[in-house]
Amino acid sequence: MGTAWNVYDGNKMSSGAMYGRTLAELAAKDPRIVGVTADLAKSTNIGLLGEAFPDRLFNVGIAEQNLFGVAAGLAKVGFIPFASTFAIFACLRGGEQIRTDAAYQKLPVKVIATHGGVSFGAAGSTHHCIEDFAIMRAIPNMTVVIPADAYETAIAVKQCIDVPGPFYLRVGRGMEPLLHESEEDKWCKEFKIGKAMTLKEGNDVTIIACGVPTRDAYIAGDMLEEQGVSAQVINMHTLKPIDEEAIIEAAVKTRRIVTVEEHNVIGGLGDAVASVLAQSGKRCILTKIGIPDEFGPIGKPEDLYAKYKLSSQGIMETVMEIMGKEIEEDDWSDED
Amino acid sequence: MPNNVSVAELKAKAKELRLNIVQTTFNATSGHVGGSMSSADMLIALYFKYLNVDPKNPDWDERDRFVMSKGHCALAYVPCLAMRGYLDLNEVMRNFNKTESAYGMHPDSKKIRGCDASTGSLGHGLPMAVGMALGLRLKKIDSKVVVMTGDGECQEGSNWEAAMSAAHFGLKNLIWIIDRNHFEIDGNTEDVMSLEPLDKKVEAFGFKVLKCNGNKMEEVDKTLAEAWATEGPVCIISDTVKGYGVKQYEGKATSHYCSFGAEESEVKKFIDEIKNREF
Ligand SMILES: Cc1ncc(C[n+]2csc(CCOP(=O)(O)OP(=O)(O)O)c2C)c(N)n1
Repeated sequence: MGTAWNVYDGNKMSSGAMYGRTLAELAAKDPRIVGVTADLAKSTNIGLLGEAFPDRLFNVGIAEQNLFGVAAGLAKVGFIPFASTFAIFACLRGGEQIRTDAAYQKLPVKVIATHGGVSFGAAGSTHHCIEDFAIMRAIPNMTVVIPADAYETAIAVKQCIDVPGPFYLRVGRGMEPLLHESEEDKWCKEFKIGKAMTLKEGNDVTIIACGVPTRDAYIAGDMLEEQGVSAQVINMHTLKPIDEEAIIEAAVKTRRIVTVEEHNVIGGLGDAVASVLAQSGKRCILTKIGIPDEFGPIGKPEDLYAKYKLSSQGIMETVMEIMGKEIEEDDWSDED
Repeated sequence: MPNNVSVAELKAKAKELRLNIVQTTFNATSGHVGGSMSSADMLIALYFKYLNVDPKNPDWDERDRFVMSKGHCALAYVPCLAMRGYLDLNEVMRNFNKTESAYGMHPDSKKIRGCDASTGSLGHGLPMAVGMALGLRLKKIDSKVVVMTGDGECQEGSNWEAAMSAAHFGLKNLIWIIDRNHFEIDGNTEDVMSLEPLDKKVEAFGFKVLKCNGNKMEEVDKTLAEAWATEGPVCIISDTVKGYGVKQYEGKATSHYCSFGAEESEVKKFIDEIKNREF
């Protein structure tokens, strides 16, 4: 597992910085790649593309509707535009342009949204984004990826070029600790959009996480082991199309699932998993960890993660609660 | 009707607000210093002379309304509300940006006494102000609705939709102040996405346009007096310097969001500079 670091002292490794760097590298090889931003070239790091290729980054000013409309136009004439702003301004202010201009016309507009979830803690609810999974999942043609760290971000940015149509990827503010050792570690080598990543095998319960708290879910898995609970941990980095097989397998194997997401508990990963479970007919207890449908307080991201049980401690405690729940000792054999 | 307050008194208050901005940034370790310092004079003149408000009765229906559309400058706005008597200034300055605090980077009208609208996402203030002005007119309340936006913020299309409607609806009591400090995050507005000729654009949308040096209290005072007496919608293009008050930050894009070092001596330097300066 990667180590904790901070964007201010480890600047080069943030998800955002990794995105900008990867994009600039890709652009050197692929002339179809261009960038668009809305006065957040620096903050989202798409500016690194502009530093390498000044004529291929368009800054439209503070105007997110225009941002995604322009991106769609660029795609119309053959480019692969990467469009970056904060997640909340992408999915809501520019949401209709993403849906109707990009998705409806199945254009390869790649939305790379930063400062998602509650990662911009002190900025409060105008800047927290706990709705994007729900919105983006509900848009036809859209692929939705929520990488766990900077390395996964780099890989997903490379892979998304070959994903047809529109693409949404959300990262945090960039100060998050890393899950992986490198882009070459055993998990990253297997990273494939649409395919769940098993971080740890287990028999008693499955934790399914995405995004920044995935690392905490992994740590919680070890903490649970010490308490005698064998937890399986799945990194569901692709929210759409979701890996249904992995969910059903986990349900049958462990009968208990806890989902972990930096998002409203409505409409995100937890609900996506719930929907797969309900339709499968497999019996399983599900608990969703996330923001409990509220405009939360301001605060340091780590304090907010702790408040919402998105920390390893919070995840571990929630799993212990679900372990105490009775599963109706029914005859499971008629399921297969 | 504006209060009877002298320019000298307003200047002293603006200096105090700048000191509070710097100290609060230090307490919070970082903040939107640039746009807060540029708008300090206008905020003070509004709250201490022009706005007809009552801190003891913040929900009074006949009051003038103020929307701080450039909500990232809560760093100036919220201490200003506290200085005016809505809040405990020490508490605001101590708790700004702290976990579970009511006083975050952007103002929350559900948590802050005297704050008429939650803002922080740019391009929301003018539309809300148009709605307030329409509603007050319907209620036969003759108070003013004042909204302050940034200049970069004017790039949001929603402002122009709102401007069009303000003129269309003939909103006589609406005053739109643009803090024309020439910078947004990625640089000078004219390099990022040019706004000029801003006055002509706003005028073409049906506003009477007034201009002033927004960091000279004499001019701010005179221009607000004129705006108050003019049948609107009125727009004041308040020409300012981003970061005004601390030389090292003035007129620089990097003043937008500053991190202050952990050393008390560093902030002391800024405080002395402001204290000793003639504004
Ligand atoms: C809709 C929206 N897009 C982007 C941002 C991010 N943002 C915060 S401040 C800012 C620049 C604002 O510039 P300006 O309006 O000129 O304000 P000032 O210079 O007075 O601080 C940006 C882009 C935001 N808060 N809201």
